[in-house]
Amino acid sequence: MNSRILAAVLLILLAALPFIAQATGQSALLSLASRILIYGMAATSLNFVLGYGGMVSFGHAAFFGIGGYVVGILYHHADTETLFWGFIPGTTQMLITLPAAILVSGAFAAAIGALSLRTGGVQFIMITLAFAQMLFFLFVSLKTYGGEDGIIVRRTNELPFLNTRDRAVMYWVVLAITVAFALGLRRLTKSSFGTVISGIRQNERRMAALGIPAYRYKLFAFILSGMGAGLAGALMVNVLRFASPDMMHWTKSGELMIMVILGGVGTLVGPFLGAAALLSLESVLASWSEHWPLAMGLILLVVVLGTRGGLMALVTRLTGGRK
Amino acid sequence: MKKLLTAASLLALTTLPSLAEPLKIGVITTLSGPAGYLGEQVRDGLQLAIDQEGGKLGGVDVELVVEDDGLKPGNGLQIADKFMNEEGIKLITGIIFSNVAGATVPEVVENDAIYISPNAGPSNLAGAGCNKNYFVVSWQNDSLHEATGAAAKALGYKKVVALAPNYQAGKDAIAGFKREFGGDVTEIYTQLEQTDFAPEMAQIRAAAPDAVFQFHPGGMGIAFLKQYVQAGLSKDIPMIVSEPSADGVILNAVGEAAVGLKATTHWNADFDNEANKAMVAAWAAKHPDKPLTTYGQQAYDVGLLIASALKKTGGIDDLDAFRAALKEADFTSTRGDFKFGPNQHPVQDWFMVDIVAGPDGKPMWVTKEKLRDDVGDVYAAECKM
Amino acid sequence: MILFLEQLLNGLQYGVMLFLLAAGLTLIFGIMGVINLAHGSLYMIGAYAGTLAAMQTGSFWLGVPVALIAAALTGLVMEAVVIRRLYARDHLDQVLATFGLILFFNQSIILLFGRQPMFTQLPDLFSGAVEVIPGLPYPSYRLFIIAVGLLVALGLYLIINRTRIGMLVRAGSTNREMVRALGVDIRLLYTLVFGLGALLAGLAGFLAGPVLAVQVGMGEQILLSTFVVVVIGGVGSIKGAFVAGISLGVIDTMLRAFLPGMLRQVMAGPEADALGVGISSMGIYLLMALVLLVRPKGLFMAGS
Repeated sequence: MNSRILAAVLLILLAALPFIAQATGQSALLSLASRILIYGMAATSLNFVLGYGGMVSFGHAAFFGIGGYVVGILYHHADTETLFWGFIPGTTQMLITLPAAILVSGAFAAAIGALSLRTGGVQFIMITLAFAQMLFFLFVSLKTYGGEDGIIVRRTNELPFLNTRDRAVMYWVVLAITVAFALGLRRLTKSSFGTVISGIRQNERRMAALGIPAYRYKLFAFILSGMGAGLAGALMVNVLRFASPDMMHWTKSGELMIMVILGGVGTLVGPFLGAAALLSLESVLASWSEHWPLAMGLILLVVVLGTRGGLMALVTRLTGGRK
Repeated sequence: MKKLLTAASLLALTTLPSLAEPLKIGVITTLSGPAGYLGEQVRDGLQLAIDQEGGKLGGVDVELVVEDDGLKPGNGLQIADKFMNEEGIKLITGIIFSNVAGATVPEVVENDAIYISPNAGPSNLAGAGCNKNYFVVSWQNDSLHEATGAAAKALGYKKVVALAPNYQAGKDAIAGFKREFGGDVTEIYTQLEQTDFAPEMAQIRAAAPDAVFQFHPGGMGIAFLKQYVQAGLSKDIPMIVSEPSADGVILNAVGEAAVGLKATTHWNADFDNEANKAMVAAWAAKHPDKPLTTYGQQAYDVGLLIASALKKTGGIDDLDAFRAALKEADFTSTRGDFKFGPNQHPVQDWFMVDIVAGPDGKPMWVTKEKLRDDVGDVYAAECKM
Repeated sequence: MILFLEQLLNGLQYGVMLFLLAAGLTLIFGIMGVINLAHGSLYMIGAYAGTLAAMQTGSFWLGVPVALIAAALTGLVMEAVVIRRLYARDHLDQVLATFGLILFFNQSIILLFGRQPMFTQLPDLFSGAVEVIPGLPYPSYRLFIIAVGLLVALGLYLIINRTRIGMLVRAGSTNREMVRALGVDIRLLYTLVFGLGALLAGLAGFLAGPVLAVQVGMGEQILLSTFVVVVIGGVGSIKGAFVAGISLGVIDTMLRAFLPGMLRQVMAGPEADALGVGISSMGIYLLMALVLLVRPKGLFMAGS
């Protein structure tokens, strides 16, 4: 009950953020909040396989980047009025680009997951990293799409009836998608599918003994998770109006993982909390001192050593709530 | 409520700034990681120009607001957003890398703020993507390497092995080099973040060219130069590079092994003009432990350019007047001749320098000859402003 | 033929460097179950400390003990203050903590020594080239690195197979619980192993100094390749790290050296270059993916 009221208050606050930002003159809050929501979404997707499914993917930035590049490439072809692979025209309609980004990143996740899930443990970490690195080097060498310099997307994708060029409108779009995404994920984790996934993490052999094809379930979860990261990437390119291979570098995969761990593995809100903490800290510390990484490093250390289960655990301990 | 707020802020805007509030200049630059020294040079160069005028530029009190982009495009954009919308900054500079510029510059210039580049001049912002609010004081990326191509031609080389990392800037470098060189070029692409160049050294030896051209900025350049000398290639095959691969910091790290190298540049510390002498002396006094590189010089010139415009307009409240004043480039650049082309990128001269052992044994640049006179860039024609 | 031989030597030298780093990492990983992302920081600290000492004293050789001691000391302090609290935690907490350590160490180096890369010099003894076979001059410093790497490999082999500590290390990487149950002071063993890993990383960093750039972040550049070596070789296996390190070094070098040329025989120049570099950049990752698909536990899983 309490948590519902809390969630409602938080949602109202988030929805009112553009007004708050304007009233207090801190309009950069808006772009920070957009980035937090988007990274939170990507981190939550990762958390679905990592926290619930026990599959530690170190290559999720690949799907994030693929989603982003779908928007970038479609924009590029719409802008130059050329065809992708000779038959796919470009577009700047968000109602097309976002689903396309989800589908394409899902397809990549299916291919990578099908191979990677033959391994487990540390080997799974490294093999997902390997595939992500291969995609990174592929996009670096694509001259048509700017290579390392990336694609500048001059106009944010359009939506009917809405002016997405307005920052506040775009923020609300991101917020609405994030909320829908989080609710969907919550249902998913509580569904029988989510239960099976958790069950596989806890004891794969027992699930197999129950006649459940673990591999197929894990692969399906991996694909869903890749789709979520792809959606986040597509939104990111709309907010940044820029897509580059930087999005799929291994440090980005690491950053997503850090957000999940910092926030709390296997919790719904944790990754958002982690994204918020990491990005705000970076932005606040960097404006105080150029030696901000020193403080950041120490804070991360204190959080890991001082709490078990990340910020979520800290929050539940502080509020005295039961978990 | 909203109207009231806007009215209040309008009031604040019209009354407050004239009360000796210094003009803020936003500096978004890279200070962390291996490339941090580049951002440090830019920050220090700008600050030096301001200190030279006693905290002013063109008679106007100015203040730098510096923030580290961590070489992440997203961070660059976010900082620009904060500068413009929270701190009311209308004049931004400082970005080192093309990919950070790609994300950040369009946002700045489309929101009626001025961006002046002290370093990166990527092609996607120089041609059809040019903008009236976007000025580049350094160079367009390609022209760096066109100069080196011209130098290789002037030196009479026929066959050159060209090496660069396999990313856009690297490919542009080799393309730029070939554009002016015209001879036989064997291209070898290295990997991003590669540290060991032994396989490439063996390939160079096997190809036995007249000269080697390579583009590896920062730490990669240090490793490449060291290994080139250690492989014994420097004795037989001369090497010619563009300025980012042989800056003062790289030379200091490589030491005497760099002596004998040839480089091309738009500026050198030994240029004989008043502005340059003043800068070199002031830098040496303020940063005796750091060499002055082209990055620092470019930022210093950004300071001089801003000063020249502020002198005419007294401030940047009238953005059109300020922009027009910038475009005139009415200042004495530390590099000598300087004016803006139609895409507001530099039209300038290019020089060849020899790298020799300085009085303290450390390698230094000595200007040899002028290679190209008053050249702009190949993208200017595509720019419609 | 001479070119091929030269590239083989280059690959061997690169492989030896990878082995020096991977040996420590695989021990720490295999025996204590700790993923230490900050291993690259120890490499950087070895390089900075050794180079500084070599510059101050004017002797390259005095830099060696300083690099070893500095890296080992940092490693021991790191183990006592941070890593020790992570043994019981899962890998994810270790990733976060050691990532924090990377930020901390990199920025500390900037505060202490500034952002500019350091000047390094070859030792006089190895500053020239040696004619390995007629017509193939090879930098003697690189031969020196190969020799040191092989000596270290031999030394580790002897320690692990001939001493009591080595026996515990072998036992520890096969069955951690059992060693503990036998009443061995596992804490001391862990500290020793961590110190040894740090020492090797410091040695690698100092040796790399005259060849590469001694600068902030140099550890992260080689960290990923090191992890690839550890995983291909099999976690916890020194033998695996040696075989994987050398093979990876040689394969990576050969791909970079000969693939674009070979492709140019069958297709147009620019496409061949793009494809060749693309494939060789992906080379080690492709190799790792293949190895893991065929042998999911790596080539030499400890204890198997």
